[in-house]
Amino acid sequence: MKLFASMALLCAVCAGATAAVAQDAPNFPAGSTMERLSKAPNLRVGVKFDQPLFGLRDLSGKPVGFDVEIAKLIAGKLGVPPERITWVETSSANREPFLEQGKVDYIVATYAMNDKRKKVINFAGPYIVGGQDLMVKKGNPLKITGPADLAGRKACVINGSEGQAVLVRDYKDATVVPFDVISKCVEALKNGSVDAVATTNFILAGLVSRDPSNLELVGKPFTREPWGIGMPKSEPDLCRFAEKSLTEADKDGTYAKLYDAKLKPYLGGEGKLPELDPCP
Amino acid sequence: MNVFLDNIGVFRDGVLVTLALAAASTAVALPLGVLLAVMRVSPVEGFRTVGTVYVGIVRNIPLTVVFFFSAFVLPQLGVRFSYFGFAVIALVAYYASFFCEAVRSGINAVPVGQAEAARSIGLPFHECLRFVILPQALRSSIPPMVNVMIALVKNTAVASAFGVTESLGTMELLANRESTAVLSVLIATGLVYLAITIPLGLLTTHIERKVAFSR
Repeated sequence: MKLFASMALLCAVCAGATAAVAQDAPNFPAGSTMERLSKAPNLRVGVKFDQPLFGLRDLSGKPVGFDVEIAKLIAGKLGVPPERITWVETSSANREPFLEQGKVDYIVATYAMNDKRKKVINFAGPYIVGGQDLMVKKGNPLKITGPADLAGRKACVINGSEGQAVLVRDYKDATVVPFDVISKCVEALKNGSVDAVATTNFILAGLVSRDPSNLELVGKPFTREPWGIGMPKSEPDLCRFAEKSLTEADKDGTYAKLYDAKLKPYLGGEGKLPELDPCP
Repeated sequence: MNVFLDNIGVFRDGVLVTLALAAASTAVALPLGVLLAVMRVSPVEGFRTVGTVYVGIVRNIPLTVVFFFSAFVLPQLGVRFSYFGFAVIALVAYYASFFCEAVRSGINAVPVGQAEAARSIGLPFHECLRFVILPQALRSSIPPMVNVMIALVKNTAVASAFGVTESLGTMELLANRESTAVLSVLIATGLVYLAITIPLGLLTTHIERKVAFSR
């Protein structure tokens, strides 16, 4: 804070140094990624536009959700107000390429931290930890309580997803039906073509929140899946900064407030930041 | 290339499903297409109308829409199949109309004199068709029919979005899993399709030469 005041003073002294932007921008070391991003005219952030609860574009065209709030939180710590954020839609297939090609500055888009991805990008986080879970028809007519109950049944997955890999590897008696998007799985579940849908519990919770009279979450995750903020490999300072920001937000209660507002009604649980993995 | 060798089993499974889809669909759609073509040239007006309306509708909507009907509307009506079955239904429904038009073009290519001669020696319509028109028509419709077959092989890929892991589904699966070698996966998948469709093209040339006849 002291640094802040002296900076403001300095600014006042140097005549003509107008800086609406720098007014409440934190001071970053020269040449750092944070300095570049805080001074750039726009911060480009990748989020999902079709993921209820996490990144979903509302009628005004602005994305809303928990991921979006986390992205705004980091932006705020960089001194970038939400108006200066350019939201970029990222899908599961184009996230690494977008970071590698510099099309976005960072990504908060239901991004699971795994070793293969860590080879090409950096992750800050996890900011939340989920797991593969099952969704069934309302009332759970087949009494499915976990993947072991899927023997001889049909489970719908997204082609190439973690859920598909786990079911194929560990639950060989289950018939896996792969689709390209989750909305088709929901349709197939509702019309009885499949018996369950397997994917990350948060995604399922989002789907159930939109159609609670037909769908039900089993609610017993059978894997551990940490979600992180994706960043270019070349910018380890940004990763450390983001983790520091998350820790601060946890301590001052901002994180818990975001969790309570965006996720608690659907997921329950407590808004506590998971233990962070160290940055590379 | 390593990606291809490491996952050769996965690629093979995908190719087998693609071939099975194409073979099963062609086996049903081709005879159905011939039947439709016969309906369209039949002297009975009801048959002509049914054939024309069917082809007019099915041929002019996107294959993906046909797939949606098959995979999501049929189950709503209580029809139960595996997704492979639904994919075959969609491909058959769609490609029967294309086979029909290929055969009809062959029928139209048979000179009118042939039909007139057949009628003048007293052959009824079905015999005229069976012994005079169709043998000639099918020969000249071989190139367009192979065209349709090639299109069918390629468009089995749509099934990947409807619960069937064929070659394109395999590609999506691997592209997600091998996020560092996406380009190799894409190239390998392209080659897989070429390996099926190019021989099909060569086959036409061969068959054409075999069944060539002079007029």
